[in-house]
Order: sequence, then structure tokens, then C-alpha cells
Amino acid sequence: MRKLIFSVASLAAGLFIAPAQADVNVFACEPEWGALVIELAGDKASLYVATTGMQDPHQIQARPSLIAKARAADLTVCTGAELEIGWLPMVLQQAANSKIKAGMPGSFEASRYVQLLEVPTRLDRAEGDIHASGNPHIQTDPRNILLVAKGLSDRLAEIDNANAITYASRFADFSTRWKAAIARWNAEAAPLRGVSIGVQHAGWIYMINWLGLKQIVVLEPKPGVPASSGHIADVLATLSKQPVKLIIRAAYQDDRSSVFISERAHVPAIALPFTVGGSDAAKDLFSLYDDTLKTLLAASK
Amino acid sequence: MKRTQTAALALAVGLAAATSPSARADTASDIAQIRKEMKSLRGDYEKKIEDLEARLKKAETRADDAEAKASTVASPVAVADVAPPAPAPVVSAPSSANAFNPAISAILNGSYNVSSKDPGTLRVPGFALGDEAGLRDRGFSLGESEVSISANVDQAFLANLIVSMGSDDSIGVEEAYIQTTDLPGGFTVKAGRFLSGIGYLNEKHAHAWDFSDAPLPYRAMLGNQYGDDGVQARWLAPTDFFLEFGAEWMRGDAFPAGNADDNGSGTVSGFVHSGGDIDESSSFLVGASYLRTKSDQRDTGETFSGKDDLFIASAVYKWAPNGNPIQTNLSVSGEYFLGNEQGTFEGVPVDYQRSGFYVQGVYQFMPRWRFGVRYAELQSDDAPLALAGTSLDNAGHTPQALSALLEYRTSEFARFRAEYTLDDADTQSNDEFVFSYTVAIGAHGAHSF
Repeated sequence: MRKLIFSVASLAAGLFIAPAQADVNVFACEPEWGALVIELAGDKASLYVATTGMQDPHQIQARPSLIAKARAADLTVCTGAELEIGWLPMVLQQAANSKIKAGMPGSFEASRYVQLLEVPTRLDRAEGDIHASGNPHIQTDPRNILLVAKGLSDRLAEIDNANAITYASRFADFSTRWKAAIARWNAEAAPLRGVSIGVQHAGWIYMINWLGLKQIVVLEPKPGVPASSGHIADVLATLSKQPVKLIIRAAYQDDRSSVFISERAHVPAIALPFTVGGSDAAKDLFSLYDDTLKTLLAASK
Repeated sequence: MKRTQTAALALAVGLAAATSPSARADTASDIAQIRKEMKSLRGDYEKKIEDLEARLKKAETRADDAEAKASTVASPVAVADVAPPAPAPVVSAPSSANAFNPAISAILNGSYNVSSKDPGTLRVPGFALGDEAGLRDRGFSLGESEVSISANVDQAFLANLIVSMGSDDSIGVEEAYIQTTDLPGGFTVKAGRFLSGIGYLNEKHAHAWDFSDAPLPYRAMLGNQYGDDGVQARWLAPTDFFLEFGAEWMRGDAFPAGNADDNGSGTVSGFVHSGGDIDESSSFLVGASYLRTKSDQRDTGETFSGKDDLFIASAVYKWAPNGNPIQTNLSVSGEYFLGNEQGTFEGVPVDYQRSGFYVQGVYQFMPRWRFGVRYAELQSDDAPLALAGTSLDNAGHTPQALSALLEYRTSEFARFRAEYTLDDADTQSNDEFVFSYTVAIGAHGAHSF
């Protein structure tokens, strides 16, 4: 039926796009999941990535373009854990596409495949922008990517059974390369163990866990709440007692508060890519962590 | 016996609290297993309880070990190549009657209004106004508070109920509809009471508007906002850009319709919306809408019988650097209304054109702060001589209003606004100041473009 509407419409208007060549239409909410789809599905998927590395995935508008792309999707690949709660439900409601409704095979949530950290014990908006199921920024630890990759590969095979063998072999290949890369990153990152850092937004807990960094201060008094002058004074007082080597922020974040602290505490403030596309060098998943480590190592010397 | 059980439970609770997240994953299934067994053994098996206690102690020791390990992770030892796996699905809690509670949220707002002329006496010459189109009273007032309840009904429908409570303690059903979630081919059907999809602002709830009041064309020609009982069908075209068509058939009781429900002809409308991204930083939405309403002795203090045709063209442009609206962003929108009313007004045959437009721009110049300007204007045909002195008599005046807005947000859930309007809608000019707050509590709503 949909095919019929498609062809009739394209004949009638010439406005309409041709049905995609690929077997699965994927709508990825964040660039890291888009990059993972490329690794796992290659040309079997036609991909639309809803956000860029320079956008805050919490704060996206339910733009008309997103609705049109979600209408055509067979699969959404999103972080979940309420990261996209401010926009994705509106996009899904307007997209009128039952394949990607929550709970359907076409709705994939990466955060379901890893153990979430920082699960709040008190759910109260007075605590700032907290997420009931835990910190959603799971992509800062490459070990999580592998767990999500397994789940995503299985899901692709479920949705597009004809290519199940391709997905399985691509996952096996990715898994081998990824494990080798993790071993290399672990070796490279050895000097970072125990290094004290400050973060602008509490979005790095998974990376901190992975690399054995020590988070001393968070510049935001509460998640998503900009630093007040009183809080900045507290941060500076803490830093005078417990100095840090770096202050990190995501590429999409405004640098004002970290630069302010950086100048007064005399430590470098750096932007990490946070996701694919967050820096010129972070072109895919591998170069995302290459660049993250390179930046961290260079700044902590 | 009871004491032993309590001790075992206390131990289990203490254990759960003491373990680190990774240790918890290891022992969670153990504890769940033990709990299950304890339940089935709630008899007189003292010996088995003791046995379980011993096992719990063992698990606690293991958890302590894990905790000790976890605390040394920061020291330079080799880390695992694989992150801790997702916890095995926890045995779910027994189901309860309220486990399926819908998402509930509430919007509260209040304002303090100052105006140089008595708002109760101000009119819009050339236009008969609906019930809700009056200006706000002077002084403190509670705006409309809203409670919204929504959930999926089943696999095929969702339902949404929005009840509004006015400052005069009146309670009204603002929206109450069911909507399909499972239709193929990009179709959505809605039935019940809802805000019409015409125009741009109409379908948005008033609390989501940039300015706290409706612009002049909405006030004069739609009684602020058009909502009624009926059905709506929408179709989202399978195009690469956004293209949506919609049609509605409604009862015909809300202004500009009136009492048209008796003969069932009521209100019909149709609309088309389209939009997309211009580049990474900017996107747009345009729309064309048509609304046709009928009236049978519509009562606005004066009676009208006949039909009302209204055409609306809307355009919205939004910009944010790199598509990231946190620091700065801009939203520019405008709508043009062209209408015709034909029939008898106070017993006099009439056929007159009216038109109006507004344009507004709202700029977020720094996080949490926005500044906006809006200009609106109306035009109407001269009334027949027999209707001189009625609301259709435009007195040779062009109603206009120029508004300015300053907004501060403490979070995405709370806005504080100060607005000034140079209100030239009536022949005598009125200065209006409005200070207001609007907050949302409960379930996290997602806003439309």
C-alpha cells in the first residue's frame, strides 16, 4: 500500500523522493550511533543522523525535517534514558510511523544495553536536569560501544532478516577491531590514571570510570544549571585545596565558565569531541577516542 | 523465628546498601534468588533459614570484596577490556493497580496587569468579539491553570485530557481527545475536543506561546484560539522534506461559529504544512489553512447568522548557531488572515471582508534571557449605514498593537515574562503592562517546532 502511494505520488508530482536503495532506513538520534550503524550495516542501511557533534542532544527542536525523516525510518537508534525526552516524543508523535513507536523492534535504545551510572536516589527537578534511569552519556566509554554494538547488530538482523549474515559478520569484524583498539587505548591512556580533573557538565562519568580519572569538581552546580558566582567561588576554593590538571567540556558547550575557572586556577580548559563530529579529527568511532585521548594526553602533560 | 527472619532481611537490606554498583550487579541475582526462596519457605523451616542466612553472609563477604576492588580501580592496575554488562533483568515488583498511571503534568501561571484604560470597556472596532477575546483584568490574577493527563489507551490509541481552571474557579475541558498511533501510511486520526490544526499558533497551547496573549488577528477572528468537538485526519507525505495535509470536521459551537451544531453542518477546515532545514543553523515551517464556520443566531451581544470563511497563511523561521539553541537563538514568525462574513448581522444583510496580520521576532541573546517584539494590525470593510455604532462599525480606525517582551527562565520549566503593549486596537490608545510567570510540573512535555 505504501509502495503504491509512493509510486503514484512520484509519478504525479515529481516532488517525491525515490524509495531508498538501502534495505533499512535508520534514524540515528546522535552521531555516535550513526557512526555505529555505518560500522555494523555499511551500505545495507541508509542513514539520517538527527543531531551533530556541535549540538546539545538534550536541547533539540522537533524540527519539520526530523519529522519527515522519522516518517521514513524503519529503525531509530537513540541513547534513551530520557536524553531525548524534550524532542523525540514530539517527533515520533507527528511522524505517524508505527514501526518506530516505543517498544517496537524499530525503536532501539542504546542505554538499555549498558549499566547506567549515577542513577539518582532522589527524583526531584530541584536537583537540575537529572535522568531517572541514570547518566545517559554512555558513549564516553568505548567498552559501552561494544555492548551496544552487539545489541544493535542483533536488532538489525531482526528487522532485516535477509541480511542477518552480513550483520553478524560485520559485527564480528567490528568487535575484533574494536577490542584491539580498546587494548591500544588502554595502553596509551596509562599516564592518565589517577589524574584529577574538573568537568563543566557531569557528562563524563563513563570516561572517568574507564580511564581511572578523578573528578574533583563540576562547574555546573546542578546538571544543566549554569554556574552562579557563589558556586564559582566554591569551585575555586576546592581547586586551591585539591588542584586539578585539566578542566574538560564537550565541544558543543559554551566555554565561558571553564575558561573563567581555567584562568583563575591556572589549569588548561579543553574541549573534547564528546561524540563523532565534535572535532575535526573525530570522523568516526575510532578517531573519536583517538582524538579524545590525544587531547587529554597533550593537555595533562 | 520472626526475629531470625527480620535479621535476615535487615542483612539483605544492609547488603544492598553497602555494595558498590558493580558488586551489586554480581550479587543482585543472588539476593533475588534468596528472597524468592525465603518467600516459599515462610513456614517453620528454621534450619533452612539458618542455611540461607549463612549464604547471605557469604554473599556479603563477596560484596565487600567487590567493593574493595572497586575502590582500588583508580590505582594504576590494568582495567577490564569490557565494561560491566547490563544487569540481568531484575525480578519485577508485584503488579499494582496504579502501575499504569498516565503521564500527568500541570501548568500554573499568574500575572499582574496594569493598563491605562479600563480593559473591560475596550473594543476592536469593526469586529464582533468572541467570549474569550477580551483583555485581561487589572491587578493580580491567576491565569488559566491546566492539568494534562495522557497515556496510551492500547496498542492503537493514545488519549489526552487537558482540564483548565480559570481564576474565577470555573473548570473547563480544554482538550479531550483520542488519537491513533498505529495507522499505516502516515495517517493520524484524532477525535474528541481539540485545538484546530489551522495556522501556526492555534494548535499550540497558550502557555507555549512566546507572548502571553494572542495576537490581534487571533483575538478578533478566532476568539483567541479555535478549538471544538470533532474529528481530524492528518496525512504526512512520504517526502524527504516535511509535508503534511489535514482536514477537520467539527461541531460548530465555538466562535466564529455559533449554534451551528443543530443542523450538523458545523465547521470544516483544511490545512497544509511544509518545512525543512535551510542549513545546519536554520529551519522553516510554512502553512496554508482554510476554516469555514456557520452561525445560527451567534450571540456576541449582537446576533449573526450566516457563514464565515477564513484563510490563513503562516510562516516560521528559526535560527540557532550550528543548530544549538542553548546560547543564542532567533525565532521569527508571521501570519496573515483574510476572512469574509456573509449573512445577517442584527437583522441587516451583510457581506464584508476583514484581514489582519502579525509579525514577531524573539531573540535569545544569552542563555535563559529572551527579548521579543510583535506588531499586529487589522483591516475591515466599512459597515452598512444601518449598523453604525455596532461592533462592525470600524469608525475609520485601523486596530494595531505593538508589543515588547523580556523573558527570563530559571530552567526549561519556568519562565518569567515582562511585556508591554502599546494597544491601539480601540480608537483610544491603551498602555498595557503584564508581568507573569508560567511553570510546568510533572511529566516532561516535549514542545512542537
